[in-house]
Amino acid sequence: MPAVSKGDGMRGLAVFISDIRNCKSKEAEIKRINKELANIRSKFKGDKALDGYSKKKYVCKLLFIFLLGHDIDFGHMEAVNLLSSNKYTEKQIGYLFISVLVNSNSELIRLINNAIKNDLASRNPTFMCLALHCIANVGSREMGEAFAADIPRILVAGDSMDSVKQSAALCLLRLYKASPDLVPMGEWTARVVHLLNDQHMGVVTAAVSLITCLCKKNPDDFKTCISLAVSRLSRIVSSASTDLQDYTYYFVPAPWLSVKLLRLLQCYPPPEDAAVKGRLVECLETVLNKAQEPPKSKKVQHSNAKNAILFETISLIIHYDSEPNLLVRACNQLGQFLQHRETNLRYLALESMCTLASSEFSHEAVKTHIDTVINALKTERDVSVRQRAADLLYAMCDRSNAKQIVSEMLRYLETADYAIREEIVLKVAILAEKYAVDYSWYVDTILNLIRIAGDYVSEEVWYRVLQIVTNRDDVQGYAAKTVFEALQAPACHENMVKVGGYILGEFGNLIAGDPRSSPPVQFSLLHSKFHLCSVATRALLLSTYIKFINLFPETKATIQGVLRAGSQLRNADVELQQRAVEYLTLSSVASTDVLATVLEEMPPFPERESSILAKLKRKKGPGAASALDDGRRDPSSNDINGGVEPTPSTVSTPSPSADLLGLRAAPPPAAPPASAGAGNLLVDVFDGPAAQPSLGPTPEEAFLRFVCKNNGVLFENQLLQIGVKSEFRQNLGRMYLFYGNKTSVQFQNFSPTVVHPGDLQTHILSLAVQTKRVAAQVDGGAQVQQVLNIECLRDFLTPPLLSVRFRYGGAPQALTLKLPVTINKFFQPTEMAAQDFFQRWKQLSLPQQEAQKIFKANHPMDAEVTKAKLLGFGSALLDNVDPNPENFVGAGIIQTKALQVGCLLRLEPNAQAQMYRLTLRTSKESVSRHLCELLAQQF
Amino acid sequence: MQFMLLFSRQGKLRLQKWYVPLSDKEKKKITRELVQTVLARKPKMCSFLEWRDLKIVYKRYASLYFCCAIEDQDNELITLEIIHRYVELLDKYFGSVCELDIIFNFEKAYFILDEFLLGGEVQETSKKNVLKAIEQADLLQEVRYLFSSLGTSMLS
Repeated sequence: MPAVSKGDGMRGLAVFISDIRNCKSKEAEIKRINKELANIRSKFKGDKALDGYSKKKYVCKLLFIFLLGHDIDFGHMEAVNLLSSNKYTEKQIGYLFISVLVNSNSELIRLINNAIKNDLASRNPTFMCLALHCIANVGSREMGEAFAADIPRILVAGDSMDSVKQSAALCLLRLYKASPDLVPMGEWTARVVHLLNDQHMGVVTAAVSLITCLCKKNPDDFKTCISLAVSRLSRIVSSASTDLQDYTYYFVPAPWLSVKLLRLLQCYPPPEDAAVKGRLVECLETVLNKAQEPPKSKKVQHSNAKNAILFETISLIIHYDSEPNLLVRACNQLGQFLQHRETNLRYLALESMCTLASSEFSHEAVKTHIDTVINALKTERDVSVRQRAADLLYAMCDRSNAKQIVSEMLRYLETADYAIREEIVLKVAILAEKYAVDYSWYVDTILNLIRIAGDYVSEEVWYRVLQIVTNRDDVQGYAAKTVFEALQAPACHENMVKVGGYILGEFGNLIAGDPRSSPPVQFSLLHSKFHLCSVATRALLLSTYIKFINLFPETKATIQGVLRAGSQLRNADVELQQRAVEYLTLSSVASTDVLATVLEEMPPFPERESSILAKLKRKKGPGAASALDDGRRDPSSNDINGGVEPTPSTVSTPSPSADLLGLRAAPPPAAPPASAGAGNLLVDVFDGPAAQPSLGPTPEEAFLRFVCKNNGVLFENQLLQIGVKSEFRQNLGRMYLFYGNKTSVQFQNFSPTVVHPGDLQTHILSLAVQTKRVAAQVDGGAQVQQVLNIECLRDFLTPPLLSVRFRYGGAPQALTLKLPVTINKFFQPTEMAAQDFFQRWKQLSLPQQEAQKIFKANHPMDAEVTKAKLLGFGSALLDNVDPNPENFVGAGIIQTKALQVGCLLRLEPNAQAQMYRLTLRTSKESVSRHLCELLAQQF
Repeated sequence: MQFMLLFSRQGKLRLQKWYVPLSDKEKKKITRELVQTVLARKPKMCSFLEWRDLKIVYKRYASLYFCCAIEDQDNELITLEIIHRYVELLDKYFGSVCELDIIFNFEKAYFILDEFLLGGEVQETSKKNVLKAIEQADLLQEVRYLFSSLGTSMLS
């Protein structure tokens, strides 16, 4: 086999390359290279002018050294000199050197550009091509500035040779990609489109790439390319396997051109012209038909070229997403490949099916292959193929197969490659959340994830399960029970301890009734894990412990003992030490009420995009999670959970006149959620000397009574009585406060002031309260009056505080009360017909717009009283809306200066269970929640 | 196509062609990473893999790996045949091409590639036309130099 080095062999170069190859070590190689560099340098600097051949040889050696990975800092000038040689091979080496080792030395660039300019103008096609190749290889902005305007001219000139046109087209493409602003659109664009008709297949091949790139930014300018591309494609696919001579590749006519044409068509929607569209559909069908024909050759090149066209055709069919027949045919075709013996085809079929799964027309067809895909996940030897199978399972998942797919993925996870475990974990977590019908399945799935692949369960995943459990009353008891059981495993993952610690701290009370999971048992179970955990987890557990003190007073002594231990109080870790010290003090100093307030159950998390989804997108790049986040058009998955809360309509019957919330379908919860007595007592406790104990209701109780009424006694103790009379209209209110001195002694320095705590924190006024000053002395037995003018600027959560200070018999007195100004005071009742109500109710269907509470009745359940309270709350009561006459439905608008918030509410009493369910829907999340809180405390 | 790399089983880079602007440092890093990844794969594995946000298509011919990085919408199978057509062109030009031909005539390997692919796109798929362009240069040759016994062919 004599191998002939054709062309101009350079003996010196071959020797040098041999020497390098014979070097036994890196050091030897470097030594040889340095020797050569010194030699070349001396030759270039020498007095004797080098001939073209030597120059070429040395430039080539430098290039070789550079390609070996060494730096080259000279020789550029010699290479530039070669550009102006008349000898083709010298010019060629010069251009190659420049292409590989561009240097932005401005002096050099000018010389290079000059040489290129000469070659472009030379009318010698081989020189022109060399120059064009150089521009395309460098593709710099400087080159663009110098030549972007000339190349279109060369491209469409009638007398340009075919090979020049080809190079010009792709050269322009490279410049356009690098700096589109430098390539002026003009009359040449129309002529470029017509290159699709060119006789020379090579010209068409090059031109399609250029047109595809240009039309993405200027689709309208290039619209005529559609029909030209279709007719070209049609001629190719219908030609016999030998018609195209040298453009036929292993019996496949012009595969590269076909693929490029199909890519070009994917830049546009389906052709509008019926004839063109008909012709195109015919082409696509022909490709699908040919795929079924027996192969014309056993060579892999034949099948690859044929299938390259097939896959590109399927991409176009998916892109159009309008031909159900073709989509289903494509899916069947890919289905055959799923079990093909060529790994490459299995891989591509899985990949392509992922996109088919997102089309409503083919989603079901894809689903029929579920068993094959699951099998691929289990048996493929190549991890990248298994990865595709996992992607496809994820894409084809919907409510009907979610349980199967999730359980298969969980099983796969046990043996999955480490490289893709985290991704599988994310996918399982997302599918479980998205398709959870009952959330106990979701909780089970996530705990399984932690059990199987705890190390790969990222923070996002376990944060998310906590958010969901916190936001959903119906799963909290189950979650507590399940984590409790999971924690009993002798070795459980630290993430399990975190989730378990958090959930038991919040909802451990829900399972405390069972002696097997009594508070002390829960505590000692958690604490048995404590010492094996990291600092972060121990910190979390300390918070759980203090929450236990609130939930289960009987554990207080034990837990205080733990906190007091030297290992905690003097822990070397600052965070742990601080928590231990603060929690210990809190538990000893604060009253039960204060503890209950501080350690209240976590409020629901605001709904937002799942952070897991965001993470998956980050991992996979945009579009990776598209099957999930773009609300697939598949009719079977219309019931996507927007967030955590399923929309009520999916829970109950779809008819709007039926039970809106499906209360009857859902049994009342077994246990009411932990009630935490929220209060404003904190202010009193920490605000200097405590006021005299009050008579009758506590200030908090009194405050709550004012939610549904405007007049009454706000506060009373042995010294002082404060009465309130108020009226509200639109977003304005006036409040009269009556301070009665119950003693016979004068109050001195009497100073009631109103502060709005929100102001201090946020500097955003949500309430403007004008206070008229009152006299500083209040005689015994006398009453003074104070007037407050109130304006609601925007919705608010915290009421203003009334702080009253005075001296009684020389002793300073101070008390702070919440003023009974709550957001519902600015309610304007709205009457509406049932139909309107349902329409609005549906409009407010985002999960965050709804707030719901299920709670035990604290007062006798009397319909008339309830009605009065609801009216006092401010909403209109709508009769004949709810099909169940026992239920109450109301509507109103919260008026603030900045905005109006429409509110709909529904209260469903369940006399048997002595419980209520209250649902609020407003256009503002915080308002929904706040109104729900306020109103729920009234019954 | 964003770039094409040819490297040996020992991980020696034999040819590199970059169609996107990258710094030398980045090029070296990418090369190192990819050579490692591809060499670690077993023979029966599929020819495609995801790497960063690109798709890698590679195929081994005798002792050489041909490795292309393409973008998301690009066609893997046709890229595999780009590689094959390039090998065929080399083979036709050198006559039973082997790794040594590419080492000793690296400049020719670049010239042939430029005729076939330009700016990362296929310019001319006809073997005849590509080689015609290259032969033209050889007609102008000054020195003929015979180089013999270059090992076994890649296409055999």
